[in-house]
Amino acid sequence: MDIIIQVTYLIATILFIVGIKKLNRTQEARQGNMISAFAMLLAVVATLVKSGLITPVEILACMLLGGAIGLVWARRVEMTQMPEMVAIFNGFGGIASLFVAFSDYWTRAVEQPSMSTDTITIVSILLSVLIGGVTFSGSLTAYGKLSGKISGNAIVFNGQHALNLLLFAIAVVCGVLVAIETGSIVAMVVMGVVSLVLGILVVIPIGGADMPVVISLLNSYSGMAACTTGFVLNNSVLIVTGALVGASGIILTQIMCKAMNRSLVSVLLGGFGAKSGSGGSGPSASDMVIKEVGVEEAAMIFDSASSVIIVPGYGMAVAQAQHVVREMMDLLEGKGVDVRFAIHPVAGRMPGHMNVLLAESNVPYDKLVEMDHINDDFSNTDVVLVVGANDVVNPAARTNPASPIYEMPILNVDKARTVIVSKRSMAAGYAGIENELFGYPNCLMLFGDAKSTLTKMVGELKEL
Amino acid sequence: MSIENFIFLLYILVLASYCGFELIAKVPPTLHTPLMSGSNAISGITIVGAILCIQEGEYSKYMGMVALVFATINVVGGYAVTDRMLQMFKKKK
Repeated sequence: MDIIIQVTYLIATILFIVGIKKLNRTQEARQGNMISAFAMLLAVVATLVKSGLITPVEILACMLLGGAIGLVWARRVEMTQMPEMVAIFNGFGGIASLFVAFSDYWTRAVEQPSMSTDTITIVSILLSVLIGGVTFSGSLTAYGKLSGKISGNAIVFNGQHALNLLLFAIAVVCGVLVAIETGSIVAMVVMGVVSLVLGILVVIPIGGADMPVVISLLNSYSGMAACTTGFVLNNSVLIVTGALVGASGIILTQIMCKAMNRSLVSVLLGGFGAKSGSGGSGPSASDMVIKEVGVEEAAMIFDSASSVIIVPGYGMAVAQAQHVVREMMDLLEGKGVDVRFAIHPVAGRMPGHMNVLLAESNVPYDKLVEMDHINDDFSNTDVVLVVGANDVVNPAARTNPASPIYEMPILNVDKARTVIVSKRSMAAGYAGIENELFGYPNCLMLFGDAKSTLTKMVGELKEL
Repeated sequence: MSIENFIFLLYILVLASYCGFELIAKVPPTLHTPLMSGSNAISGITIVGAILCIQEGEYSKYMGMVALVFATINVVGGYAVTDRMLQMFKKKK
C-alpha cells in the first residue's frame, strides 16, 4: 500500500509542475490551473489513505467547512479586491503551516514524550512556526492596509528596526532553548507569539504602492512555510510544491522591485513616501500652470484622434471605472480609432492587477501592452488617457535626479501629442511628489471621479 | 530523521527551487495575478500535513483540525478564484 501512496505523490508532483508550466501561456492557463487542482486532489486522497482514516469524521468536517468557506469567498469576491483576497489566503497557508508544526511539536513534547526527536526535525518545526507566523500576521496586516482597515501609509517610528532585531533575537534564543530541550514549551509558545508580532512589525512600515512587492514576498513565504513543514513531516510533496511557490514568489518580487527601481532591502526597511514633499527642485503645485479640460471638449479630442493609448492605474480600480473604460474603447474602435492599453508592471496593488480588472470588463488581453513594448509608440500617438495612474507616468523619473523616483522605469506618456489625465484632484501620488507631467503644455486635466466623468464623456462621444 | 535522509530532502529542495525559477521566469505580466493566486492555492499543500496531524491525541489533533480548515480554505478558495479569473481572459473575437 505504501508504494501506491508514494507513486501517487510522485504523479501529483509531476502534475503540479505541468500545471505551473501551463500557467505560462494565456490560452492554456486555465487548463494548467485545473491540472494543478487535480494534483492537489490526488495528494489529498493519497494522504487520506496513508493516514488510515482513524478520524474520518473530524477530517471530513474540517474539509467541508474550509471548502465551503473558500468556495463562497472565491465566488463572491470582487475583482477589484483580488489583492486583499490573495493576501489573506497567503496568510491562511502560513497559519496552517504554523499549526501543523505546533501539532507535531505537541505530540513530541507532551503527548508522546518517549518519541525520539532529532535536531533536524526540531529545527524544521521551529522554522515552520517562525515562517508560518510571520506569513500569517504579515498577510493580515497587508490585508488591513489594502482594504483600508488600517492606514495604507507607511507607519514608521523610532527604533523600529532595533525592535525588530530584538524580537528576532528573542525568537532565535527561544529556538535554541527548544532545540536543546524539546520539552521547553514556554520557549516554544514565546517563539510562536514573537513570530506573529514580527509579521505585523515587518509589514506596517511598508506603504500602499509597495504592496505588489509585499504580496509577492508573502506569497513566497507561504511556499517556504509549506516547504519547512515538509521537512518536519519528512514529506517530499510538501517540499517540492513549497519550493515551486517559494521560487515563483521570489521571481515576482524581483520583477516588482525592478519595475520600481528599488531594492528589496529598501522596500522592506519601509517608510518610502512617509517623508514626502522633498521632491527636490521640481516645480511645485503653486508654480505649475495646469490646463483643465471639460467632458465635452475631451470627447471631441478623442473623436478626432486616430490612435489612443489608455494608461490605467490604481485609481481606476478604486473608482471601479474599468467597465466604462471598456465601453469607451468599444465606441472609439467603432469610429475607427486604434485603442490600446499600456500596463506598467506595478500599476495597482499587486502584480497584474490591471490586467485582471480589464479582463473582467471584457477587454481582450491582446489589447494590453506591457511597458517595454509600448513605450516607443507614445510619440506617434494622438491622445493618451491616464486613468488613476500618477507616479508611473511622472517624467521626473527621467529628468529630475533629485526626485525619489528618479530612474524608475515609467510610461513615456508625455511624448504623445495630447495627454488627458482623469484624476480626482491635484493631490500628489503615493510617492508624495508633484507630477510635473500635469504642467506640461500637452497635458490636460479632466478632474472628477473617473467613473462619473468617463461615463459622461462616453455619453458625449455617442452623440458626436 | 537521519542525516542521509535530510541530505536527500535537501537535494529535492534545491532541484525543485531551480525548477520553479525556470518555470516561472517566463510568465507574461498579464498572468501575474492568476499565477500568484494559483501558486497561492498550491501552497495550501500544507493540507497534506494537516491531515497527517489529525490522528489520536488531544491538543495535537485540535491543532491539526484548525490547520486543516485554514489549508482547505486556501486550497479550494485559491483554485476557484484563479479559475474565475482565468476564464475572463479572452482573446479578441
